[in-house]
Amino acid sequence: MTPSGEGVLPRTRTGVRPAVRATRATFAAYSVAIYAFLYAPIAVLVLFSFNAATQTAVWSGFTLRWYRELAADEAVWRAAWVSLEVAVATTVTATALGTAAAIGLRRTPPLVRRIATPLLVLPIVLPEIVMAVALLRVFGASGITLDFWTIWFAHVVFCVSYVVIVVQARLAGMDDALEEAAADLGATRWVAFWKVTLPQLWPAVLSSALLVLTLSIDDYVVTSFVAGVGNTTLPLQIYAMFRKHITPEINAICTLLLVATTAMILLAAVLQRTVRQPRLPRKGGPR
Amino acid sequence: MGGAPAPREPGPGGRVPPLHPSPWLSSPTLLLLAAGLVVPLALIFLDSFRLRGVYGGFTPIPDLWEHLASGAFLGNYRRATQGIYLLIFWRSLWIAALTTALCLLAAYPVAYWLAVMVRPSRRPLGLLLVVVPFWTSFVVRTFAWVWILRTEGLVNNVLLATGLADQPLHLLYNPFSVLLGLVYGELPFMILPIYAALERLDRSLLEASADLGAGPLTTFWRVTLPLTVPGVAAGVILVFVPSVGQFLISDMLGGARTMLAGNLIQNQFFGGRNQPFGFAVSFLLTALVLLILWAYTRLVKRGRLEDLL
Repeated sequence: MTPSGEGVLPRTRTGVRPAVRATRATFAAYSVAIYAFLYAPIAVLVLFSFNAATQTAVWSGFTLRWYRELAADEAVWRAAWVSLEVAVATTVTATALGTAAAIGLRRTPPLVRRIATPLLVLPIVLPEIVMAVALLRVFGASGITLDFWTIWFAHVVFCVSYVVIVVQARLAGMDDALEEAAADLGATRWVAFWKVTLPQLWPAVLSSALLVLTLSIDDYVVTSFVAGVGNTTLPLQIYAMFRKHITPEINAICTLLLVATTAMILLAAVLQRTVRQPRLPRKGGPR
Repeated sequence: MGGAPAPREPGPGGRVPPLHPSPWLSSPTLLLLAAGLVVPLALIFLDSFRLRGVYGGFTPIPDLWEHLASGAFLGNYRRATQGIYLLIFWRSLWIAALTTALCLLAAYPVAYWLAVMVRPSRRPLGLLLVVVPFWTSFVVRTFAWVWILRTEGLVNNVLLATGLADQPLHLLYNPFSVLLGLVYGELPFMILPIYAALERLDRSLLEASADLGAGPLTTFWRVTLPLTVPGVAAGVILVFVPSVGQFLISDMLGGARTMLAGNLIQNQFFGGRNQPFGFAVSFLLTALVLLILWAYTRLVKRGRLEDLL
């Protein structure tokens, strides 16, 4: 890049110079500030979920009142349950469909690819509200009553592309030679797929499933349009509470969500350790 | 589809063609997207040329030719391109652009720090910490700002208690609070792709640049930044697109004076009850977003949009 073509200077191993250290410190401080920005609002929400005051954000003593109220709030629990059901149904469907699509698209004729690519990009570049409006209209036009399954359908539609993209990225980084080797060793197409391709795909499949779960469980925009009466998801419920009046009960929900999220992260970490991608045997190793 | 079961013989390059399952595997997903997106979009496009009915539905069109010839079919679009609505579009774009710029400014150094300066064994934790806040609820995270900024909120309480202000400030329901909420909500989507690009960066290139006499800034400007353009581009798209069309943040944090295109659309379905007009605004918004993305991809990469995702 720099035209100093006199040849490479001998590399010297100087320790960490003060200038470098200062740069590092600056970057670290900046990053810590950004992390603080990300966490501060959540932290105060959590803190004040234990606050005795009803309305204002003035600390006036510790209480578990809001958690008791939350525990007794059936609407919230019903909504949480609906959210979970939708998210699980969406995750299973979208991950299965998306993974199959990514594998199927691996070597497609150019014509199919030319149709598939814009279709897959569409849910990502389309403003979410436009998608919501369109889905609402098509359900209305075809006389479909809004219920659990309309939410599920809408969520699969906007989630499936992410699965395809994540799995495709993994497929692109995969070594064809392994499949070829399996074939050379007498494996049929499907055996090679099950024993060689799929195990390598698991990390991508898992992480895309996690992504879909997150997208689905957290969605407000599309869900607010396609959820029928009696299928209020948690985000819709929280929004309704916010509109009615601001209560520290919402802070309590936030805290519980954080706890649940942390639990899920730990679970995912454990899962990832179990379902690790198979190591390749080293050259000249045993067998 | 041309998935002919080719005999497994060496191809032209002397390689055995790899195995692949049937291309039909992708058809359920493609059909789903066609049925769940393309058909609905086509439907609302057609509906955007109809006019609202008295009770919120559509006015029947007795004579299609008359409807077209009289220009009545463009009624919604004529209305949507009037001054007040143009202003809403402009405000949406402007706030989304600002959000994207601020996110980029906030995200790049963090991503750089994580990918280059943090010990490799600690990087997963650092990334996780970026992601955790957005695994709580989006509505709750936006609510947090309401709770902090409102008149009887945290900031005002602190200001009043410390005597820095003698009456509560109006921190909420203005463009600033909307911008803050947007940056807060979208920031991880900028950090992650830039981090991914930086991590893929071949470190020996940086060393080579330094060895050839380039200072840190030159190396950054001429090696690091150009090589991470795909990550930046992906982040910009991931932040910009949702910001243009969002309505929840401006609904919760913005007042009547910060109405954005998303709110305008939403109002046609839950308040204003003018669905055809909502469809027309939806289409203008989509066209605008796609146009900007198209121009942007041309600018960044002379490539196609798909390549960035």
